[in-house]
Amino acid sequence: MPRMPRTILRACAVTRDFVGVRALDSVSMEVRAGEVLALVGENGAGKSTLLKIFAGVIEPTSGTLESVDDAGVTTALRLRNTRDASHHGIALVHQELNLAENLDIAGAILLGREPNRFGWMDVAAMRREASVWLARVGLDMDPGTLCGTLSIARRQQVEIAKALSARSRILILDEPTSSLSAHETTRLLDIMRELRDAGQAVVFVTHHLNEVLRIADRVVVLRDGRMAGELAGADIQRGRIEELMVGKSFSGATRARQAQDRPRNGPRDGSRGLMLHRVVSTHRRRAAIDLHVSRGEIVGLAGLVGAGRTELLEAIAGVGACDGAVSLDGVSLSGTVSSRVDAGVAIVPEDRARDGLFLRDAVGINVSVAWLPRGARFGVVDRAAERGVVTAAMERLRMSMAARDRTAQTLSGGNQQKSLFARWLAMKPRLWLLDEPTRGVDIAARHEIHEAIREAARGGAAVLFASSEMEELEVLADRVVVMHDGAIVGELGASEIDSAAILRLATGGVLS
Amino acid sequence: MNGVKKNIGLIVLLVITCVIAASFGSGFLTAFNAMNLIQRTALFSILGVGAGIVIATGGIDLSIGSIVCLAGIATPWLLVEHGWSPWAAVPVVLAVTALLGVGHGLLVTRLRLQPFLVTLCGLLLYRGVARWMTDDQSQGFRGEFTGLRDIALAKIAIPGLESFRLPATAIPLTVLAVATGLFLSRTVWGRWLLATGSNESAARYSGVPTAGLTTLAYMACALLAGAGGMLFIFDIGSAQPSDFGNFYELYAIAAAVLGGCSLRGGSMSVVGIILGTAVLQVLRNAIILLGLGSELEFAVIGGVLLIGVSADEVVRRWGRTSAPGYR
Repeated sequence: MPRMPRTILRACAVTRDFVGVRALDSVSMEVRAGEVLALVGENGAGKSTLLKIFAGVIEPTSGTLESVDDAGVTTALRLRNTRDASHHGIALVHQELNLAENLDIAGAILLGREPNRFGWMDVAAMRREASVWLARVGLDMDPGTLCGTLSIARRQQVEIAKALSARSRILILDEPTSSLSAHETTRLLDIMRELRDAGQAVVFVTHHLNEVLRIADRVVVLRDGRMAGELAGADIQRGRIEELMVGKSFSGATRARQAQDRPRNGPRDGSRGLMLHRVVSTHRRRAAIDLHVSRGEIVGLAGLVGAGRTELLEAIAGVGACDGAVSLDGVSLSGTVSSRVDAGVAIVPEDRARDGLFLRDAVGINVSVAWLPRGARFGVVDRAAERGVVTAAMERLRMSMAARDRTAQTLSGGNQQKSLFARWLAMKPRLWLLDEPTRGVDIAARHEIHEAIREAARGGAAVLFASSEMEELEVLADRVVVMHDGAIVGELGASEIDSAAILRLATGGVLS
Repeated sequence: MNGVKKNIGLIVLLVITCVIAASFGSGFLTAFNAMNLIQRTALFSILGVGAGIVIATGGIDLSIGSIVCLAGIATPWLLVEHGWSPWAAVPVVLAVTALLGVGHGLLVTRLRLQPFLVTLCGLLLYRGVARWMTDDQSQGFRGEFTGLRDIALAKIAIPGLESFRLPATAIPLTVLAVATGLFLSRTVWGRWLLATGSNESAARYSGVPTAGLTTLAYMACALLAGAGGMLFIFDIGSAQPSDFGNFYELYAIAAAVLGGCSLRGGSMSVVGIILGTAVLQVLRNAIILLGLGSELEFAVIGGVLLIGVSADEVVRRWGRTSAPGYR
């Protein structure tokens, strides 16, 4: 039986300024043991700032944190660094997991607290202790396995085990499901539920309202750095959360229309488009893949993490090597990414910070990079034309022109992703390859990116996108192709797309 | 924008070092010393620009000094010992250095070796080859080839100035600086080179031929080191294979870093590199003129470089936290 939630941490009128910008404005909230608290808000709403304050990464400009002990006695907390925070039992699992790849699981979990004798590590004791914590998070693996070989989902479980092993009372997860497939998400939510029932306080940030609806006992919504509202129990409903997030109501009717009357795409041209014949990624040899995406068609790639979706997209783009034949409009695609871009291919990678953006450069530079040769005479770039192309692409995605000269790293996730789309819009590609096109993107930007994808298809482009979000597959795809263990295991037409069917195929099952 | 600010900082630093040198030593503000300084700045800047191009891609080239030696020693060796015509020797030496650079580039991009390792091996290898092929004997022009040597030695009279004449090496440097500056800011390849240095993976996903551009950068660097080595030997007339060009890569890298090239790659300012080289040369000159003893030279240069990059980092951090929209 779950215990009654009891307040153990309180934020009182916490404000945080970054020179000239108020990121967090007088936020007061409580964290309770035995409760799952969801922290939601659009990008830039102040969620990350609040988490960083809880984790001791930054200190509030004003306002206080208070810890409440078993007897109900309140003491002020000053968290100057992450050590202070972990001393008080607060652990943050970052969105970007940071396990040392060369350590084994036991080493990673007990990093800095290794059982030792006179400085010599006691490996057997380490593995024994690590396996206790692994069992708590339901990860049935040899503690001697190297972290570098683990999937993202498993690394996350290791991170959680690490947090638990440090005797944390408050476990904070920053967008824990953003890299997980649907199946792995379910597993993680189960773990969170078990921890809650064991009396742990679990705080998580997410962009996926479905997860909030599935697991949260209480929801805190932030908007523009302020507390927009708090919902608990039966009040936790999608419409009400969205209303608090955006400050206006997204009525149920609007949503239904978006899902049902999805604007039909342009005239299909089945004779043209992307054609894959017996494609096998040479990076990880698996089943051969045959696939056709017509011009004007949007095809979704579903599957669990590790099913081979990213490898397939990268093989088509020329990032990874593959055997077999890939052709676009009947012309064979081969060679480097550069030659395929010339042939009309666009690729938006899964990890935009690592593979997409030039974070230290201006947004304008980020947008025009692929377009440059088209605007050059004898190799010399026409700068006026460049400015024009950048402006047009950014306007189509409704980006603020003030962003053009800012460095990409200062933008929110949504605007960063839009910058990547703007880069390719300027190229008018005939084939779009999108890997998780709206990961870590706020709702408004997500709608705009979806609209840009539909518009590209209406304009006659073939679109192939991988997504772990059922909702995205439902609203965007004309057809969903499901992958499992490197092979295509099924296909669903527009009317058949539903999460249960996709999940069954993705986990290796068959449709009845 | 940021680059302009940095260059103003460097000009201030240059003026300060000049004022200090001039106020203590009587020999600094002479026409002869000015000509000497411009000559040395021009020669070392050529190496600095090469180093900067490689650093802009996120790499490093430690072999510059040894390539200076190899090219500088091989030129009189071919001309004097083997009786080659300058029309054959100069292009062959330049072509060989360019090929060495291509080799570095291919090892870095195809075999994925670390640039530090590849060019460290180059540093040892080319020095050894230069010493072996000349039997470690000093090589020089023995008073011949004066026409050829005038490429580096000629002085251009300036109307109205009696004793000051501009060293001719300023001309190739100016051409190089303008061409490199335009290449980086105006051409597709230059922009892509900087993009490769800024984030190689993102550049590749954007369709940038990163391997080719990186190889091009190593080729340009080695070619400039080769050309620089030739100009150095034209200037001094003869040299020992065992010490000619020693530590020149460090002058080049120091000038590039002082001139605003981040070792993380992605940025480069040709004007900054020339100013950085000038600061280092004035410092070196001042140490000699002030009678501090040349054994202090490296210590002073190291100290100034450390202060310069620390100041830059502090200013950069302050600038970043005050940028709008930072969360």
